[in-house]
Amino acid sequence: MTATAISARPAGAIARGRSSLTRNRRWALFASYFFLVLFAAFFLMPPYYMVVTSLKTNAEVAHMATNPWLISDGITFNHFRELLWHTDFLIFFRNTVIVTVCVVCITMTVSILAAFSLGRMRFWGSGILATGIFLTYLVPESLLFIPLFQIVRAVGLLNSYWGMVLVYPTLTVPFCTWIMIGYFQSIPKELDEAALIDGAGHLQMLTKIFIPVALPGIIAAMIFCFTVSWADFVYPMAFLYSSDQQVLTVGTVTSLIRADVYQWGMLMAGALLAAAPPLVIYAFLMDYYIAGLTAGATKG
Amino acid sequence: MAEVALRNVIKRFDDVEAVRSISLDIPDNEFVVLVGPSGCGKSTTLRMIAGLEEVTAGDIYIGGEIVNDLPPKDRDIAMVFQNYALYPHMSVFENMSFGLRLRKFPKAEIKRRVDNAARILDITELLDRKPKALSGGQRQRVAMGRAIVRNPKVFLFDEPLSNLDAKLRVQMRTEIKRVHQMVKTTTVYVTHDQIEAMTLADRVVVMNGGVIEQIATPHDLYHHPKTRFVAGFIGSPAMNFVRCRLEQNGVGLRARISDTISLPVPPSLSDRLQSFLGKELTLGLRPEHLTEPRRSDRDQGAEFSAVLDVVEPMGMETMVYFTVDGQEICGRVDPAAAKGPGETMRLFANMDHMHLIDPHTGAVL
Repeated sequence: MTATAISARPAGAIARGRSSLTRNRRWALFASYFFLVLFAAFFLMPPYYMVVTSLKTNAEVAHMATNPWLISDGITFNHFRELLWHTDFLIFFRNTVIVTVCVVCITMTVSILAAFSLGRMRFWGSGILATGIFLTYLVPESLLFIPLFQIVRAVGLLNSYWGMVLVYPTLTVPFCTWIMIGYFQSIPKELDEAALIDGAGHLQMLTKIFIPVALPGIIAAMIFCFTVSWADFVYPMAFLYSSDQQVLTVGTVTSLIRADVYQWGMLMAGALLAAAPPLVIYAFLMDYYIAGLTAGATKG
Repeated sequence: MAEVALRNVIKRFDDVEAVRSISLDIPDNEFVVLVGPSGCGKSTTLRMIAGLEEVTAGDIYIGGEIVNDLPPKDRDIAMVFQNYALYPHMSVFENMSFGLRLRKFPKAEIKRRVDNAARILDITELLDRKPKALSGGQRQRVAMGRAIVRNPKVFLFDEPLSNLDAKLRVQMRTEIKRVHQMVKTTTVYVTHDQIEAMTLADRVVVMNGGVIEQIATPHDLYHHPKTRFVAGFIGSPAMNFVRCRLEQNGVGLRARISDTISLPVPPSLSDRLQSFLGKELTLGLRPEHLTEPRRSDRDQGAEFSAVLDVVEPMGMETMVYFTVDGQEICGRVDPAAAKGPGETMRLFANMDHMHLIDPHTGAVL
């Protein structure tokens, strides 16, 4: 009797414990899903609005009485057709691709070399230099564009997208270097010592060991760099003014908004097409991006 | 194949002198183990031989040539690190062949050497795997393989077994010894584990506080330590150290460790110790020389009784702990003869193996 009573009590306690745990977990899950759905809906609203508007006829867009969230007059691809064949959109696109590819290449070359030397080749003042590089990133571009205007004009690149290739690295190099310093520092010291003993020089160590090992960090930096040069608005607004030199962000807006006439359908189609490349890149490289950013954040 | 020599080598980090003027000669093919507690300068010494740390003063010779200013790659050495330091993005084959590829060896030669090393280390079937797909022991083998393929003048090991579990450590220890017997290369091995040092080394270098305390074969180190530090560091459980006073007893000397216990000093030492008569010294006696009285015992010694504080059965033997004059002493007795805690047990101190230590200088007399 006694034995039964004793054995029954802890079993009941365990069962109670379990159910309470399950209840807690259920509430946690419910709360998580609730807020996740809320945030997802909030952030997906603008892209959704963009898609819907780009597929509406001009008449429907202008007609205030219809529901702006739904397409009631049927789908049209006219805005896309118009945008691609009757505006300078493709020129903007080409210019943006050229600028972005060049900026990514320049930034990666400079940042990888800088991060390797600052993060691994301990020398006098390397710590202060690393902090200094990051501090330059904190100066906002809305302040920088005035002195940069003078520089860009002095080198004869005003109203040329090559001027963007010159100025974007001032934004991208500091941040990318900082991310990669953190990443390089998280690689065990013995790895470069093993490479040194194996007979590698510093350049071989960088190309054969560090770059492959730090690939997630490098890809994260690359994505950041791509996003900045793809989406920047202030510099092209300030330095570019003819449409054959314009990039997507400013070009789309300036060519599709004439005084107070907004060509909403084409604007939305343009925004959608301009957002597509970063979206595709993010979708494929998201895991690398997160891995790279977290490594930089905790080990930097 | 080469001898390694250190001449008055000093290493200073800012104000801290990590290595204080050490000199050491390692003949060709010898397996030398640097052992000592954390911060004794053993790893720094190894890293200076490797060229990973600059020498503050003194000279390092490899194969008769001063290598102080040579970069690691030109010293013809190979090193195995504590955390393996395998290149994570390369396969085992690529890891092992990396050094040879950098030195532009022909592909056929690289393959021959890697295959040979893989056979020695029994990792042939792992050559295509990445390091993350290997266990700790396998990774350590690959790290050793990377060193072997280079066929260097000197092998350097920096605590290579510290990351492995106890069982694997014993296996790998045997493996390292086997490999050294097969490839016969001068080897410098750093560890803080005195058992590793004793089992692997031709000669052991005991370091403490940046200086070499003693260089000797494992046997000599165990039986004839020169300092209290070495006597206490080598051997597990550690040697007992007890305060004692030397007394004249007829023609012989006795070491009095308490009011009731005095132990005979072997006659062979009497002359040498005359000058310490009446002085306070430290008596060093290993636990295995404090046993239950045995009939066959013809050794110099004395019996005494002690009340046991703690008794630790180990299976083959039992460790007994008791105190004499407030100092804890450990004995190693036959499990059948061991008494329980709180009980009085007769013990025999085998004084043929005792050491008398000057408490001021720490030197074994």
